[in-house]
Amino acid sequence: MILFGARSDLPLKNDATSRFLPWLIAPMVFLCSIALAGTIILYGMIGRWDRDVSGTLTVEIAAAPGDAQTSAEQTRAKVEAAIRILSDTPGVIQARALSQDQLSALLAPWLGKTDLLREMPLPALIDVTISPGHGPDLDALSARLDKAVEGASIDDHRVWLSRLIGLSRAIAGLAVAVVVIIAGATSATVIYATRTGMAVHREVIDVLHLIGATDDYIARQFADRAFSLALKGGVLGLLLNIPILGGLGFFGLHRLQGGFLGDLSLPFLGWIGVAVLPAAAAFLAMLTARLTVHATLARMV
Amino acid sequence: MGRKTPNHGNVVQFDSVGLRYDHGPEILQDINFALPAGSFHFLTGPSGAGKSSLLRLIYLAQKPSRGRVTLFGRDTLLARRYELPALRRRVGVVFQEFKLLDHLSTLDNVALPLRVAGAGEAEVQKFVPDLLDWVGLSEHIHAKPPTLSGGQKQRVAIARAVIARPDLLLADEPTGNVDDDIAMRLMYLFEELNKLGTTVLVATHNQSLISRLQHPRLHLENGALLGPEP
Repeated sequence: MILFGARSDLPLKNDATSRFLPWLIAPMVFLCSIALAGTIILYGMIGRWDRDVSGTLTVEIAAAPGDAQTSAEQTRAKVEAAIRILSDTPGVIQARALSQDQLSALLAPWLGKTDLLREMPLPALIDVTISPGHGPDLDALSARLDKAVEGASIDDHRVWLSRLIGLSRAIAGLAVAVVVIIAGATSATVIYATRTGMAVHREVIDVLHLIGATDDYIARQFADRAFSLALKGGVLGLLLNIPILGGLGFFGLHRLQGGFLGDLSLPFLGWIGVAVLPAAAAFLAMLTARLTVHATLARMV
Repeated sequence: MGRKTPNHGNVVQFDSVGLRYDHGPEILQDINFALPAGSFHFLTGPSGAGKSSLLRLIYLAQKPSRGRVTLFGRDTLLARRYELPALRRRVGVVFQEFKLLDHLSTLDNVALPLRVAGAGEAEVQKFVPDLLDWVGLSEHIHAKPPTLSGGQKQRVAIARAVIARPDLLLADEPTGNVDDDIAMRLMYLFEELNKLGTTVLVATHNQSLISRLQHPRLHLENGALLGPEP
């Protein structure tokens, strides 16, 4: 009997005690690849959100009181003053007021497209691009704006984003915990299968020992078998998962394009990470089987 | 294959060895003897005298309850676990119950000692078929033990014990299932190995063999050793 080019003196190939191993490892690799892919996608989203907002902030200027024309003129003057202050502030790359059309577009999802928006005293928004990593001192900038422009306030998006990122990281941590638990469960399964196999083949193991086989000679045969079975199960689990990951990417690309979640497809390196999972499961099974055999034999004569 | 022991000193030495299983009576009592390198001895005695137990002590399947067993100059009680495979590889054993692996072919059973010693397939194919031919089993090279007769299994067990040219050959009733002609042929094989330097200890009831081959005897009686007798 030859496994991976190495002979097996133990009758493990027809061993009923380990036949179930691929069917247990397949769902484990399936769950593991879901968790891993989810983690990678989530970290990608967090990174994108972080990048998107780390270089920007928004200055809001409340609409000036008075009739529509007076309010509009005074608000425009405040905006120009705020832009001057922003432009003179170190760390600010660009400050640009949003046009009335852009404001209307932002409010359209809530209020619809109506000419009424033009007559409403809407606050003015200034989109500010700041130097990533070398941004302005926000407290000082806020104080200057507050003093020079009545009704101006700064929103750097970080309060709501930090909560969202915190939640996302907790979910990602949970996914990593799931991967660790699955790895532990896989190891426990392999330990059980290996010990059962050793009990079944005790007489053969005794003969091999008496002939002069080392513990490692015997352990390698169990390890090769565990590797082979775990690889089969792992590949099966991965094959089951490919349509799901592919579908998620397709859904993200075609249904949520431009939305808040952005692209949900797995990046190339993520695919490699998921593709490596069956081999990782097989190596884990091989290592576990080998260590189990060594530990068990050490307790024998 | 095996390293040859220099033709001096003792391959096996028992000093005041006693053996009991659990809390039962002593199976072996105060056993003292030595097998010089290159010697050939018979081990005789009635059934239940302790012959197989004595052999088990030598091939390291059992530890003595008391006393000291020395194998190739190494006190077996002091030997670490990782040292045992190397010691066992220097010992060829023909087990009374054969201990063949039923799922392996005759060739693979006989090749086991070579493979556990790290020999390649070329070496296996070079030596095993020749030896199987010599013991009259060339037609059964791919047969598995359950399909072989008792005598054929015994010859497979003997072939496995000698294939690696061990320094010490232990045989527990090696001719119990074969007729006299084959028994003599197998004993000549043992003698040939002995001439090449292998120390041989054969446990047997076969008085005909003992009287024809004229080797010294170790006689066990109720767990006590009488002899060696010429």
